[in-house]
Amino acid sequence: MIVEAPVSRRNFLRITTIAGGGLMVGFSLLSEAEAHEHIAEGVVFAPNAYITIDNKGFVTLMAPNPEIGQGVKTALPMILAEELNVKWDSVYVEMAPLDKKYGSQVAGGSGAIRSRFTPIRQAGATARVMLISAAASQWSVPEVECYAEDGFVIHKPSGKKLGYGELAAKAATLRVPTDVKLKDPKDFKIIGTRVGNIDNHKIVTGQPLYGMDTRREGMLFAMVSRPPAFGKVLDSFDDTEARKVAGVKNVVQAGTVVAVLATSTWAAKKGRDKLKVVWKDSGKLESTTEHDIAFKEMISQKSDAPSRNDGDVETAFAGGGKVIEAVYECPALSHAPMEPINFFADVKDGKCELYGPTQVPANMRTSVAKALNIPEENVTLGMPRQGGGFGRKLRPDNGVEAALISAAAKCPVQMFWTREDDIQGDFYRAPAMYKYRAVIGTDNTIQGWHVNSAALNGGGSVPNGFPAATIPHFRHDNHSVKSNIQMGPWRAPTSNVAAFADETFMDELAHEMKKDPIALRLELLEKAKTAPVGQVRYDIEKFKSVINLVAEMSSWGKITKPNVYYGFASYFSFNSYAAHVAEITKTNGKLRVTKVYSAINCGRVVNLSGAENQVQGAIVDGLSHAMFSKITFDQGAVMQKNFHTYKFMRMKDAPLEVIVKFVPSEDAPTGLGEPGLPPVAPAVGNAIFAATGKRYRKLPFELV
Amino acid sequence: MAKYNVNVNNKLLAVDADADTPLLWVLRDHLNLVGTKFGCGIAQCGACTVHLEGAAIRSCSFPIAAVGANKITTIEGLSAKGDHPLQKAWEEVDVAQCGYCQSGQIMAAAALLKRIPNPTDADIDANMDNICRCGTHARIRKAIHVAAAKKGVAHK
Repeated sequence: MIVEAPVSRRNFLRITTIAGGGLMVGFSLLSEAEAHEHIAEGVVFAPNAYITIDNKGFVTLMAPNPEIGQGVKTALPMILAEELNVKWDSVYVEMAPLDKKYGSQVAGGSGAIRSRFTPIRQAGATARVMLISAAASQWSVPEVECYAEDGFVIHKPSGKKLGYGELAAKAATLRVPTDVKLKDPKDFKIIGTRVGNIDNHKIVTGQPLYGMDTRREGMLFAMVSRPPAFGKVLDSFDDTEARKVAGVKNVVQAGTVVAVLATSTWAAKKGRDKLKVVWKDSGKLESTTEHDIAFKEMISQKSDAPSRNDGDVETAFAGGGKVIEAVYECPALSHAPMEPINFFADVKDGKCELYGPTQVPANMRTSVAKALNIPEENVTLGMPRQGGGFGRKLRPDNGVEAALISAAAKCPVQMFWTREDDIQGDFYRAPAMYKYRAVIGTDNTIQGWHVNSAALNGGGSVPNGFPAATIPHFRHDNHSVKSNIQMGPWRAPTSNVAAFADETFMDELAHEMKKDPIALRLELLEKAKTAPVGQVRYDIEKFKSVINLVAEMSSWGKITKPNVYYGFASYFSFNSYAAHVAEITKTNGKLRVTKVYSAINCGRVVNLSGAENQVQGAIVDGLSHAMFSKITFDQGAVMQKNFHTYKFMRMKDAPLEVIVKFVPSEDAPTGLGEPGLPPVAPAVGNAIFAATGKRYRKLPFELV
Repeated sequence: MAKYNVNVNNKLLAVDADADTPLLWVLRDHLNLVGTKFGCGIAQCGACTVHLEGAAIRSCSFPIAAVGANKITTIEGLSAKGDHPLQKAWEEVDVAQCGYCQSGQIMAAAALLKRIPNPTDADIDANMDNICRCGTHARIRKAIHVAAAKKGVAHK
């Protein structure tokens, strides 16, 4: 049972029950002066920003990074608790607000655990060491005779013990050491175990947790009228009818948008829909068909500066071996986190209070301060739990929009996007097209490999990943096609498209060479080890570890069942290695991915349950998009409006089981939120080929 | 605007709203029951699932005027202490990632277990149609089986 903070204890997050039974969630960021008062009144020992212990032994651990479903609100405090030597079920975990004392507070690049693992351990160990010092001093015994366990310091020879609460006051008087010894990992009791999501109980009982759930005195709900296409901007508007809607309180122009403010979401939406807005063209109105034409041109041209160029591919292709060529296509995608875009803002007296979903709180504060033309220190930002991120909340547009509306309307607002607003006003995973060519020599090895990619507003290939360094003649050319439709990072950026092309092509070559797809990869990795061509930018042994493990898990090549087919793919991203085997079952002619086996090497695993969940989720996410999802543009407009046309996986199509195993590792943790996703589409596509003999080179597969 | 008396979680509550206001927004904005979530507004994703006389409905597309005297149950009223077998199973299996869709998933599953106390995988496939963007499908399936295997699920 996680202990709740007593109501009397003033936390950064204040939750109060209002009359009438509803819950009002507010937050009030304490000013510097108040914070000192707060610590003096209540908290006795706070050696750093992450840990506070009061004189009753009540431990509060701060979760510094935005929680978007990747589990860091649970995993980072687990690391603190481990080094602090307290029982996990005795601590209270609190989401930190944005504050420079917490360092880089970002949710992105699968980076929270890998960047914070050691610093957070040091924070926990510092507190533990100080508590031990306090006890040793109180008992007048040497520190080496004392150790800490489960919230107590124990004097080994005598068996005397004191609780952290009893030691807190004394510990607070000690100098904070800068060089503390971390625990020996063999003594870990929390790291590596299965711990439930810290907010599980609140989630399953529907308690207010998300930005969308914010309710404040005097707050209005705001909805914005958005351009119907990229390349169109606001010209003029008539709000006469909108203002007649019951509940509509105000209509404001905030920056380049028009917002309707009302006493309820529904009234705001009705008002928004009654606005008469005239849009004007501001740029070219682009279509997917034109993008595809441009891509096709580009992938037949070499670039002036290849992103990798080992040997000479042209010589290799002219050498008389068997040339294999394939073109792969990946569509644009929307992020569509389940919690639609929203933000709370209250701008008054030159200050701005923000609360809402963002993966980049510091950037949010800077952007809002700039938009409002106020100093950054006048902007405070609280972070709720977030209903998904996937990269969408790496841009601060939502908070800026809310702040501009609040400033114009002079009241607290909750700005909110409908799903249609979200899917049509996103920045998108850039569509990409690839031409792959390989030449197989007379010795039945790959002699040349040439990738030519084109993508909207950026590069579409990962030149230094596998199989780079394993092939004598190897070249990547990347082309960017400029677009005024906004593109941006989407879970496992670039890797999520490049892996599909790389690992499908590798399977095609294995088939051509009549080699087992797993054996082929292991053969190539051996080449990278014994006779590398150019730089090797991945860890060969780690790569092998996941390939071998998933082969073992899935009994690769050893099982033949009627109507069951397998596909393999592996990929390296965010310093972690993933290998998947997808199992497809054919029933009455219909294919379903019934099982996925996944082996991961991500260094040490902090929370086994959370880590498995991340990989299982990444696999379903990858599978869902590979099967169903695409965004297309016509004259600047997004053709998909909502979940009836922008489709996600439902239970009936989901794998019955996703079996994940982690390669045991003593290494520091590497990324995990993203690496499971890239190899999914190729593993499934390769299994579809095994089942049907047909190559699907275009995403989504859209099997009928 | 019109006045409605709605029975939500066994409480009769007075609401002043337009007849076409979806029940979702009445719950969230008028009654401050924010456990029921918005996901799509067109009855596609099920994040807004509540019970109307025990059956699952998608409240984003269910106007307040159509509720009448029917009893509405939301995630906040599913159990008195948050201990419905499904709520417990969701914690035990550690289903949630972001958690946003899970109240709707649990309400959909609770309606399923009322009709089919021991659902097969095929029953779950046929009846659980909510979107989970994080991909917790396999854990949702497992949690439903865990809850069904425990006693006392059928009556609630």
